Amino acid sequence: MADTVFEASPDTMIDYDSSQQGDLRTEEMLINMGPQHPSTHGVLRVVLRTDGEMVLEAIPHIGYLHRCAEKIGEAVQPYQYVPYTDRMDYLAGMNNNQAFSLAIERLCGIEVPPRGETIRVAFAELNRIASHLVSLGTYGLDMGAFTPFLYCFREREMILDLFEAACGARLTYSYITPGGVHDDLPASWVERCLEFLDYFETKISDYNNLLSFNHIFVKRTSRVGVISIDDAIGYGLTGPCLRGSGIRWDLRKTAPYDGYENYDFDIPIAKPGGTDEIPEGVIVGDCWSRYWVRVLEMTESVKIIRQALGRLPNGDFIAPKMKNIKLPEDEVYVEVENPRGQLGFLVAGDKSAIPSRVKARGPSFCNLCITEKACKNVMLADVPAIIGSIDVVMGEVDR
Amino acid sequence: MRILLWKLWMGYRIFGPIIELLMAMFRPFAVAMYRMGGPIVAQMAGMILISAVVAVCVGVWAHAMLFGFVDESILATAASAGVELTGAFSYVSPATWGLTPSQIAVQLQQVGGVAANMSGVAQYLLWPVQFGIVRDLVGLGALMGLFNIIPVYTIWWERKVAGRIQSRLGPMRVGGWHGWSQSPADGIKLLLKEDLIPDGADAPLFRLAPYFNIIPSALAFVALPFGATYVFRELDVALIFILGVLGVEVLGVMLAGWASNNKWSVYGAMREACQMVSYEIPLGMALLLPVVTTGTLNLTKIVDAQSGGWFHWLVFSSPFAFIGFIAFFVASLASCKRAPFDLPEAESELVAGFLTEYSGIRWSFFFFAEYAAMFVVCGLAAILFLGGWHSPLPASWGAALGDAWYARGVKGLLFSGPVWFVAKCVFLLYVQIWIRWTLPRIRIDQVLYACVQVLLPLTMLMLLGTTVWVWASTSECETWAMVTAITRYVLGGIGLMFAFAFPAIAAYGFYHRRAMVGNLVQDAMPGS
Amino acid sequence: MTPEEVCQILKSEFGEAIEDALLEGAHPCAKVAAHRWGEVATFLRDDSRLRFNLLRSITAIDMLADDKLACVYDVMHIPTDAPAELVTTTIIFAVRIEVDRNAPSIPSVASLWPAADWHEREAFDMMGIDFPGHPDLRRILCCDDWVGYPLRKDYDFPLEYHGIPATTEFELTNPRH
Repeated sequence: MADTVFEASPDTMIDYDSSQQGDLRTEEMLINMGPQHPSTHGVLRVVLRTDGEMVLEAIPHIGYLHRCAEKIGEAVQPYQYVPYTDRMDYLAGMNNNQAFSLAIERLCGIEVPPRGETIRVAFAELNRIASHLVSLGTYGLDMGAFTPFLYCFREREMILDLFEAACGARLTYSYITPGGVHDDLPASWVERCLEFLDYFETKISDYNNLLSFNHIFVKRTSRVGVISIDDAIGYGLTGPCLRGSGIRWDLRKTAPYDGYENYDFDIPIAKPGGTDEIPEGVIVGDCWSRYWVRVLEMTESVKIIRQALGRLPNGDFIAPKMKNIKLPEDEVYVEVENPRGQLGFLVAGDKSAIPSRVKARGPSFCNLCITEKACKNVMLADVPAIIGSIDVVMGEVDR
Repeated sequence: MRILLWKLWMGYRIFGPIIELLMAMFRPFAVAMYRMGGPIVAQMAGMILISAVVAVCVGVWAHAMLFGFVDESILATAASAGVELTGAFSYVSPATWGLTPSQIAVQLQQVGGVAANMSGVAQYLLWPVQFGIVRDLVGLGALMGLFNIIPVYTIWWERKVAGRIQSRLGPMRVGGWHGWSQSPADGIKLLLKEDLIPDGADAPLFRLAPYFNIIPSALAFVALPFGATYVFRELDVALIFILGVLGVEVLGVMLAGWASNNKWSVYGAMREACQMVSYEIPLGMALLLPVVTTGTLNLTKIVDAQSGGWFHWLVFSSPFAFIGFIAFFVASLASCKRAPFDLPEAESELVAGFLTEYSGIRWSFFFFAEYAAMFVVCGLAAILFLGGWHSPLPASWGAALGDAWYARGVKGLLFSGPVWFVAKCVFLLYVQIWIRWTLPRIRIDQVLYACVQVLLPLTMLMLLGTTVWVWASTSECETWAMVTAITRYVLGGIGLMFAFAFPAIAAYGFYHRRAMVGNLVQDAMPGS
Repeated sequence: MTPEEVCQILKSEFGEAIEDALLEGAHPCAKVAAHRWGEVATFLRDDSRLRFNLLRSITAIDMLADDKLACVYDVMHIPTDAPAELVTTTIIFAVRIEVDRNAPSIPSVASLWPAADWHEREAFDMMGIDFPGHPDLRRILCCDDWVGYPLRKDYDFPLEYHGIPATTEFELTNPRH
């Protein structure tokens, strides 16, 4: 058989390595995945160089949703900029608001009242659950499982109802502002939230039965897109992607903000398969691990919310006189733990009410840059699996 | 031409005002009718649907009775004329035997009752029915009707089931009762959409591909028996025929993928080809199990061999057949491109696979073909393993009812009739849909692994086992007869357990169902 | 380890290359000369006392008044010796590099921290800073044929792009109210 070599025309051959492919020479194909593609989670464009079902190279191209958020930051006051942060990671608006508000508070030395702080924690964690639910659901969708998606959205809907009751918005909240939160909790909100938590805790096992421990799902995601610890840190991965590689690193523990040091919770990390009911075949750093970390984080978030609601102090929820504050001539860089990783804001002031520079370090932006490395020599069906497990929100990547 | 236009114009000048006047008079009536009738239709939608189904059933049944009556007439007349018709007489060739209308009238007189009073007219109405071509035309009409109705309502069924699985309602609006006319409405919409062919596509092939898909699946219905006599053509090689025409569908998919001039489409086509190579062999192997057991490829005869009730269905005949049935079902999922084997159109990977560039009616052709093929493979599973049109009760119990027309009706409903076949098909379709909305999609290498390295050896082993089992059953050994009987009842018992557990679990779930989404937070919350 | 100590280590190691230690503000950092940045970065990442293995962010800042462009590198140390241990402290540091606004050029650190790849592309895209040594320096958020560097303070918004007319909010309203 070694004599029969089927030659493709030479000009279509791109650095072909004859030692790898066996006898039959095949043509390579450049194929455009996105920016309109069902599983790129927005307007991500990935150019794939494929050989049959094998993807030899995947080069991400971004910028299709660039809305000059940083330039706008140099034209409006901080409290006016908060709604723009909603539009960055639109699945975790609360956390984005929180990050920007913290940056402004550190810059101006504003003290947040205890009630505001506690409400912030509760809302940030609720939003973390909501964001992880979308991540879980759409990841199932990427794998071809439709039903978990709707189950996740069913529960997310309830969280959105809670948000709507508190701030009137269901997606772009602008609820957490510099100095605290812009409104107090409505009556009976706490009871409703606790009711939701009771209900929600029983539902996590549903997702696990339906998706997490589904044999096909495990076979599709384990040993796929493995990211080593060194790669994860080198490429600046944070959040569940970093913990999915087995590092117990979470800014809520290592650099607590908004009083996170007072709460009792664990930081889940990926473990090798065969331990702690984790299926055989899973290795630390693969797609399943990153997925699983998100599932576990939801349980931890429920714990935090319970503690926060249990100790909700009375008093002010926002520091007084938060409009038209003059920013000192200084700069600050603050990172908080977003559902997707560490969201950082660098804000520089120049003694006016408007910042001279606002820079957002989006976790999705940094996490996405590993795509090129992780999607080398994988199957075509693994590309959505890897991109989905990184869980990017293009609004934040492009800002 | 000019004269014609002139005449039309003059005609309009003269009659136009009259027509306008009539329309103006009629318009309030039409509006009133719509206002009166609309709510009634909306309220009675379920009744309308159910009556339509019943009417179709009665119509089919009446035709069958009519055909049977004419057959008997031919036999009786032949007997009275002293002509002996050997074997099954052939109504296909009317030249060999034909009745005059007066001879039919004699037969009608013998039946008596209303038929006798009507015999003056009925003899002429019944006369053409004896000719094969007329029967074929009637049958063809039924076949095409079936081929249109089955995919449309399978799609509706799928959407309803998917909705309930996902804690939604599914289509609820169109047609009133649970959105029963959602699919016809979608069909009309697809028909009215622009006929779009991409610039770079190979237009002739692009147009041709849907027909390569839809015609084979329609052809499969030709040989698929719905009941002992409800078959368009009873072929001795029906099984091979159906398998063969369903295999042609792959060609349509490949043509579609190639002609679209889209890289994703090519991926879908190649995946389909790859998948076909891997599932077709285990599918064929699994189909051989009933063939080996019954010794025929004729589907009607295979079903006849299972007329002894629940425990005599072929799926319970041996452990090999039991496992073979499951293997067949898995392979049939792959052959219909159903999840978890829906790789050719995997929308999260390949946008829509080979369907990417299709829209409108061509797109719907592919879906017609897919859902019709689903029905066909479910029908095959029912015929080959689940007793076809026989009910779980032994058909012999019905023999005591006699042969009167009402007795035939009761037997059709209770013991063996197309209703049972359709019910089994619908259940198997439900299982297919259930699987689709539960499982994720597997990867192409896993498809190959599952089909070639697991299913193929498994089905080969089952085939070997069945062969040995059948060979052993030919012996007169009493111990072996006891072993087969015990196996039959044990497997049948397992089947019964499933059969009872299934509705029981469903009932449990229904009883413990949760209130719909949103109740938790929505009420009594300020701001919501 | 506090930023002061890091600054001291850097000063003792590189001397003149560390132009200043800006430790007063809310964002303590060391000001490093651009031409020595490659060595300093390698030292920051590899020195056994520092080990700043995570590059958090690269922020380009336009200092129009000083006719300079600044680049702020935020780095962090994540202990990898016992990854499953829970850590409750962070060691962070920042480096500020100021370059001439007319010919901004900073050595690339993409080979040290792969994360710097996209950050540097963004800084190039938005501020027009050149990063010699970068494997693939091209625009990342804007189109390849975009003219100008949008985040510079003296950037003029184009009123037309490939025949598509554009009005800016800046014309219609005065946002600096």
